[in-house]
Amino acid sequence: MAGHSMMRCGEFKTSYRADTTIFPTPWSRNFAIIGVALLIVAPYLPFVSDYMITLMIQIGYLSIAALGLNILVGFTGQISLGHAAFFGFGAFASAWLNNELGIPVFFSIPLAALWTTAVGMIVGIPAGRIKGLYLAIATLASQFILEDFFARAEWFTGGSAGSLAAPFSLFGFEIYGDRQYFYVVLAYMVVMYLLATNLLRSRDGRAFVAVRDHYLSAEVMGVNLTKYRILSFGVSSFYAGIGGALYAHYLQYVSVEGFDILLSIQFLAMVIIGGLGSVMGALLGTIFMVLLPEVMQGAVGILKTTEWGNIPAITDGLTWIKQAAIGLAIVLFLIFEPEGLAHRWRMIKAYWKLYPFSY
Amino acid sequence: MNFELLLQLVINGLIIGTLYGVVGMCFVLIYKASQIVNFAQGEFLLIGAWVCWWILTQFHLPFYAGFLLTLLFMMVFGILLQVLVLRPMIGEPIISVIMVTIGLSIFFQAIMNWMFGVFVQPFPPIFETKSVDIFGLNVQPAYLMSLVISIIIMGGFAWFFKYSRMGLAMRATAFNQQVAQSLGISIKQVFAASWAISAMVSALAGVVVGMVNGVSSALSFFGIKVFPAVILGGLDSVIGAVVGGLIIGVLENVAEYVDGQWLNVGNLYTIAPFYVLVIILMIRPYGLFGTEEIERV
Repeated sequence: MAGHSMMRCGEFKTSYRADTTIFPTPWSRNFAIIGVALLIVAPYLPFVSDYMITLMIQIGYLSIAALGLNILVGFTGQISLGHAAFFGFGAFASAWLNNELGIPVFFSIPLAALWTTAVGMIVGIPAGRIKGLYLAIATLASQFILEDFFARAEWFTGGSAGSLAAPFSLFGFEIYGDRQYFYVVLAYMVVMYLLATNLLRSRDGRAFVAVRDHYLSAEVMGVNLTKYRILSFGVSSFYAGIGGALYAHYLQYVSVEGFDILLSIQFLAMVIIGGLGSVMGALLGTIFMVLLPEVMQGAVGILKTTEWGNIPAITDGLTWIKQAAIGLAIVLFLIFEPEGLAHRWRMIKAYWKLYPFSY
Repeated sequence: MNFELLLQLVINGLIIGTLYGVVGMCFVLIYKASQIVNFAQGEFLLIGAWVCWWILTQFHLPFYAGFLLTLLFMMVFGILLQVLVLRPMIGEPIISVIMVTIGLSIFFQAIMNWMFGVFVQPFPPIFETKSVDIFGLNVQPAYLMSLVISIIIMGGFAWFFKYSRMGLAMRATAFNQQVAQSLGISIKQVFAASWAISAMVSALAGVVVGMVNGVSSALSFFGIKVFPAVILGGLDSVIGAVVGGLIIGVLENVAEYVDGQWLNVGNLYTIAPFYVLVIILMIRPYGLFGTEEIERV
């Protein structure tokens, strides 16, 4: 992984085991632990408002799904334009398992994710034969087909009325309010991110990267291309399913309308802005994409207080300004920072590591 | 069985199909020349239609003047887009190029919605008569015009690629960029020209659709509907785009007929082309007329 390339003096890796640890340096592990510890106390800090908790929960479930997409796009090199459909499938599946079969929410979330995995692998079957832009178009088709399925399958999604999802409960102890649900999302995030990092240093993870970098060589080296391409779809849908299920039990209501192509594009944007092929990038990209509309809203709010505030086009067109900002961010990032925020983050780290003698 | 309805639907399908064919040709043109899959093709229709509508309603110009101005605008727009956004992307991996066009597509969609609103705006009427009677079927004159224009464009494309200097340069570039360059063809010009032509012809299609259905953000869905057509025909075949467009146009209308008569599932009109798309990709990803990619180790 690219994070390993910049090493401080005196850090020598003498074994493969040391080179493929989850955290490249002791301090990166310590920082991760400190970060999680800070997040654990975050809901009780005085300056953290309810709204910030909402945003953090949003970042949580979206970043899990984005990480799944990054495994598919960033690590295996397959383009998927249908991630939102899997996210939605996970949401409906968890709600359905809980409502119809009476499975407790604690178990219905992973079960829904497994179900989504199966669907993802079926949708991923074309990936065994086609790649690149043809695959992008095939996944685009599956996005529309699944969206159509959501609108039609009333037994599963409740049709246009949507479906209700029960609040999260653990051994009879119900979770109330955002501040408690925050811990559920945080726990899932930590587990899913550790799982992903672990996956990527296993044989399967290396096979994914080999398929991305040079699929012919990978096949020559004995990597079963079809298996790993479809497996990658499966893993990515599993993550999307977990994210979607967390979303469902957070809002406690799932509507058939939210999982359109725009959300798929937003997931792709998170992955690209964060940095393709970087676990950290999925998180950074999600934070960027969740905060971008907030920043736009804030900017419009400030504009309202100035003389520009009388222009109705600016105040009324907020939805479109937000959407345009997403599109513009994608284009600008691809032109000026194609390796994403994770790359920028590494550069900043390298600068301070080697300061003041940076060469 | 209601044969009259079926016949009407097939005729509608053929007319819509020629439009898909035209937009598909524009799509294939860009793909052939610069190897870029343009997910923002539908937005070209949208922008063209809105600009034409705006010129006609704001300045009350005669239709042909407004239309020529629109084409001029789209030409500049296409060239600018290629030079500013897509030229830096040359040599980037395919996912980046796809994502740039997707980014452009949602950007322009948002900007158009912001500027012109989300409601359908009717075009100022151009024809006096409401409908024309052909073989006992009612056909809107705008549809007839679209059919005529589409056929003219297709003929124009055939002539352009066969005889004109720029068209030959484009084919040479599509065949082999390095050889074309060594023969004195400016690749930059070819790329810019392909985007300009594609934007202009798409805008034309957008104006035609706008005349029939009114201008609204729904126009950009044409850009997605065109995927089944071009994949069916073959991504790098101009004739394939036309054939694919006709087939998809008829298919979705027949799907609607089957749906309305027997199945009653609803929405099959929109979704049937995507099922076809997946099936084609599984069986014959290079389409009916496309070149098969053969990989050797």
